[in-house]
This record gives sequence, structure tokens and C-alpha cells, in this order.
Amino acid sequence: MSLPKRILKETERLMSDSPPGISAAPKDDNLRHFDVTVTGPESSPYEGGIFKLELFLPEEYPMNPPKVRFLTKIYHPNIDKLGRICLDILKDKWSPALQIRTVLLSIQALLGAPNPDDPLANDVAQHWKEDQSGAIAQAREWTKQFAQ
Amino acid sequence: MSSDGENEDLMFEDEYDDAFDQDEDMEDVDSTSEPDVYDALSPAIEEAPQKKPYDISWKVRTLQEIIDMQNKEIKKIQSLLEVPASTAAILLRHYVWNSEKLQEQFWNDPTAALQGAGLSPPSSPSTRTQTLPSSPEKRPNRLPRTTVASPSIRTRSRLPTEPFECPICCTDFDKTLVEGSTFAMGCGHRFCRDCWGEYLSGKVKGEGESAKIQCMESGCQRVVREEVIDEIVSSDISKRYHNLLNAAFVADSSNLRWCPHPNCEYIIECNQAPARMLNQLVPTVECKCGHELCFGCGYGASHRPVLCRIVKMWEKKCADDSETANWLQANTKECTKCQSTIEKNGGCNHMTCKKCKWEFCWVCMGPWSEHGTNWYQCNRFDERSGIDARDTQAKSRASLERYLHYFNRWANHEHSAKLDAEFYRKTEKKMEQMQNSGNLSWIEVQFAKAAVDAVIKARITLKWSYCMAFYLKRNNMTELFEDNQRDLERAVESLGYLLEQNIVDTDSIAKLRQDITNQAAYVQKRHDILMDDTLKGYLERRWEFSVDI
Repeated sequence: MSLPKRILKETERLMSDSPPGISAAPKDDNLRHFDVTVTGPESSPYEGGIFKLELFLPEEYPMNPPKVRFLTKIYHPNIDKLGRICLDILKDKWSPALQIRTVLLSIQALLGAPNPDDPLANDVAQHWKEDQSGAIAQAREWTKQFAQ
Repeated sequence: MSSDGENEDLMFEDEYDDAFDQDEDMEDVDSTSEPDVYDALSPAIEEAPQKKPYDISWKVRTLQEIIDMQNKEIKKIQSLLEVPASTAAILLRHYVWNSEKLQEQFWNDPTAALQGAGLSPPSSPSTRTQTLPSSPEKRPNRLPRTTVASPSIRTRSRLPTEPFECPICCTDFDKTLVEGSTFAMGCGHRFCRDCWGEYLSGKVKGEGESAKIQCMESGCQRVVREEVIDEIVSSDISKRYHNLLNAAFVADSSNLRWCPHPNCEYIIECNQAPARMLNQLVPTVECKCGHELCFGCGYGASHRPVLCRIVKMWEKKCADDSETANWLQANTKECTKCQSTIEKNGGCNHMTCKKCKWEFCWVCMGPWSEHGTNWYQCNRFDERSGIDARDTQAKSRASLERYLHYFNRWANHEHSAKLDAEFYRKTEKKMEQMQNSGNLSWIEVQFAKAAVDAVIKARITLKWSYCMAFYLKRNNMTELFEDNQRDLERAVESLGYLLEQNIVDTDSIAKLRQDITNQAAYVQKRHDILMDDTLKGYLERRWEFSVDI
């Protein structure tokens, strides 16, 4: 099955000119399935970590959002232990004008700005709210342990 | 029916007291024929003798009338604010059809009102590209394009004079095709019509959105106008879109409610049962489809005399508990020490609680230690320790039993009411028989049908009276209530018995007819007394409930 022009163009651009700290490449057997890496933003507890993600473009893309999941374990209030991400543009705020690159940039930004008030991982969010420095230390520890 | 001239203010008004001054032409399907200038808060007003203080007026509307209501409001706003009809519609939907609030805000700050509703002021179309609010990063550039046009150029050009690439599907359009094959709203975000079509159809069909479908651009809150959607999507999607708009209008209007019965498309309009009155009113109405419903909660039948909130609690309780409770009641006992529920599914009567290791006798519930070596047999049922143990158990079960007491009666009447059709059929047969053997005319045997109607109606009321009784606090008032309930119950049972009688000969028919007619009148009278007293009781705040309403 041939890929829509939009996906081809996005893939081409991602491969040739990827945003800083982000890489995304389609798998050989399924061009809608991307292997993604995102580096932790500077001066965040994820700094120095390289996080693996998988991204899948459903049949309805770009009318429906891509499906994205962290493969690397990460201590973050908006990412649960299965790697699912709580991000509005991946749900109700999705717009077909958004792209893979904008989604990945938003995810990278989410690492730099955790939002414990809209948690996906309740225990992590609780930790973040009650003892922010402890939570950040934990996130740093996990980054060292799993993302390096 | 026409809605002209009567809904100006009340349609979108939650204020109970304001809703009575304009119903002069309530007609045909009104519940009653009296003027509707009536205040349920002061039941002393007795303008018409047959109107009860707890009765309400309503009208049955067709879908077309609902559409007319909206159009009328839209026209009004259109001329008042001097805006296009579709702008008026979007504004009204944004302000939940509260035209006063809309006017106030609009005159206060037209730009803010328009922008809040997802519109831009007509004089100065917004040309700026919106930043992406959900993404903390600055919005990156669009896809590579052969002619690199900055977003501002793309969005500013109302009619691009250069080739255009749709940012969604990346299809290129020659400059001669741009006008016909692409579309941008006032916000300037241009996309090809195919993508618009797919997007809008998905929103309508997939997500059931209608009034608040926004521009495809990320973060742009511009609302897509009705005429744009109608022009771009297929006719069945457009139809569905308008159905959704109408549904949203009904849902947004506190004085409108869809008839809940399957395949019925009527809408009930009622201005006398706002949510805050539901602690003293049970607004039962009848739709043109012939079914009753509760305007307050949408229950698909009359649940008089019980308040909506109590009905809801009851239904939840029944759904959660009844079957389980029944089974527990029949098959288990509680450990007299730790109150764990135990099912005995075999073995002897020497029970050892798995949880607390307490050893007891299943028959007398007393401690096993007192049984000595009397295995397999208990003759101690009357001894003190056993009685005490059973007492505690009885207490713990009392509340369950109390619930089941009311539930079983409720369920019995529910069950009988479900057999309506069968009851009617049987009675009809009997009526035929009477016509044949008793030389009675068709008219003369109608009494039987009237009696069946009375029985069914009374059964429904009785059913709900048990739900009511379950939640009532025990006091003198409750006793009066239960007296009324018992009288009605007896009257219904004896009428039911009479209706079951077989017709033996011609002489007996005359007597039976007399008896049934009398008894039916009595049932009706007892029914009215119970209903009247209970519903009036709400207005007089006579009832005290064991739960918060």
C-alpha cells in the first residue's frame, strides 16, 4: 500500500533535517511505525538521557493523532509506567495541521516542564507535589539508570 | 402549532417565575385547559377546580417547531446586533441561547464577545497565525515546500496568487485551481477542500461535534459556520450535523426535553419544572406518542408520587443490590463473631469460620463448644446463647430485610404492570363473551376496559409508593401515608379479583358489572387520595426522608 504524500514528505524532512535532540526513522517493515529518540532537555532532570519512543501513524492520520509511547522507563508525572503520555495535542487538542515533528517537540518540551496537576502517573505526581526536590532527584536517578 | 409570539424570553430562561406571563396561547396538547398563569409556590390559588397545585402545564413540540424556535432567536439577534445569521447562531450557541447575556456582553465589548465565541470582528479579519497554546515550544515551520512561503504570507493571502500546497495532504494546487479547490475562513488558514471535507465529516460523524467545530489549524479557535459545513460535506453528514445542532439546542434549554420513547421525535416544552423545583414537584407529562414521561429526569414513565432524586437513588440501589441481596438472604448466614457472610455448601453443621476460626453451629448459631459431642445434630435451638447469637444476626439483617420488603412489593407491581398487554387481551375476550352471552352492547361492556385502566394506573402508583416508603422517615405522617397505601392496595386487589371472575350466566353478568364499576370507581378514588395527599405533602413540606434530597 502506498503511503500518502503527506507522510512521505514528513518522513523525508525528518530524516534530512531533524530538530535538535530528536531523531525519528520509520521501520523497514512498516513505514508508519517510527523509532524515535528524544534527548532530555538541558537543565531538566532528564538532561543527559536519551529516551527511546515508538510512534505509529494510524490509517486516519493526519485527521487522527499519531500514537506515541515511551519505551525507556522515565520518572515523570505525565508519563505512566507503560510509557503512555498525557499530552493534550495527542488527544482532544489534535489538529491535522500538526505534524510528527511538532508532536515530538511538544514531548521534549513536556520533559522540560512536567505538569503534576494533570497527572497520568498518580504516585509520581503526588511525589512531585509533596517533595519536588526529592522527585527531581528520583527522575535524575532513573535517567542515569535507564536512559544512558 | 406555531411557536410564534410566546417564547421570546422563556425559552432560554431558567427563572421559574418569569416563565408564566406569556403562555396565552397554550393550546391543543396542554395538560389542562386553564390559563397557565399559575404559581406552584402558592398552591392557594384555585382558579380552576380540576387543576391541582402540583400539576404542571406543558406542550409537545415537533422538531420543526424546535428549529423555528432557534431561527426566531437567531433572527432577533441578527437584527439587534446587525450581524449575519450564521454569526448570530454561533453567538447564541456560545452563550447557551441566553440572549440577554449575549446582548449585554456584545454591547459591552463586541470584539471580545465575537472572539470568545470563535469569531473575529467582520471589519478586521484576524490575519495573525496563532501560536500553539498546547505546545510550550515555538511552533516550528511547516513542511518543506518548493516555494517557501512563510505562514504569514500563506494566511494573509485571501486568494493566493501563487501555487498552493495544502499543509494537510501536501497536494499541490496550481494558482488557477486555488480558488475552486481550497478554502480558508476569516482566520486565513487555507486548506484544500478534500481535507476540509474529511475533517468536518470526521468531527460530525466520528466525534458527534456540531456547534463548536474549530478551524483545522492547531490552536485556532475560529468556529466553522453552518453554511460552510453544509457546502463542504455530503448531504447525509449535513443532515446529521443539523440533527446534532438541534439535539444540542434541546440539551441546552432547561425547558425542553426529548421524549425518551423509542422512535418518538417529539420534544416536550415545560416552563414550570426547573431543576430547583424538583424537590417538591413530580412533573409527569404525556407525549403525543401516547407515553408518559417525567419532565424532571427523563424517566420514560410516570414515577409519581416519588421525587426524581429518590427514584434515581432507588434505581441505583436496586441495580446494585437486589439480586445479590436476595441471594445472600436465601443462602447465607453471618459468622456470629466477625460477621463474615458464609455460604454453607455441604458438610455438617459444625462450622468453622475461615476468617476468624470461630466454631459455631449452623442450626442454632450458638457456639459449638456447648454442643459437646452432638455432632451432626442440634437440639439446642432455644437455648440462651444460641438465641443471643441469632439476635445479633437478625439485627444485621434487619436493614437488608427492610429493603427487600419494599423492593419485593415494588418489583411485584412492576411485574404486574408489565403484564398489561396480557391483562388487556384477557379482558377483551371477556368483554366479547359478555356481548355474546349477556346481550350487552359494545358500549355497555366498556366498563371492563375502564376497570383495567384503573388497575394498571393504580399499580404503577403503588409500585412507586413502596420506593417512597423505603426512604421515608418514620413518623405520624408516614403512618397516614401507609394507611393510604394499604387502602389503595386492597382496593386494587379486590378489583383485580373481580376482573378475574368467570362469567357463569346472564344474571351474574349484571351483578358483576355493577360490582366492577363500583370497585373501579373506588380504586380511582383511593388512587387520587394517595396521589393528592403525597404530592401536596411535598409543597407543604410534610415528608421527611432518611436521605438528603
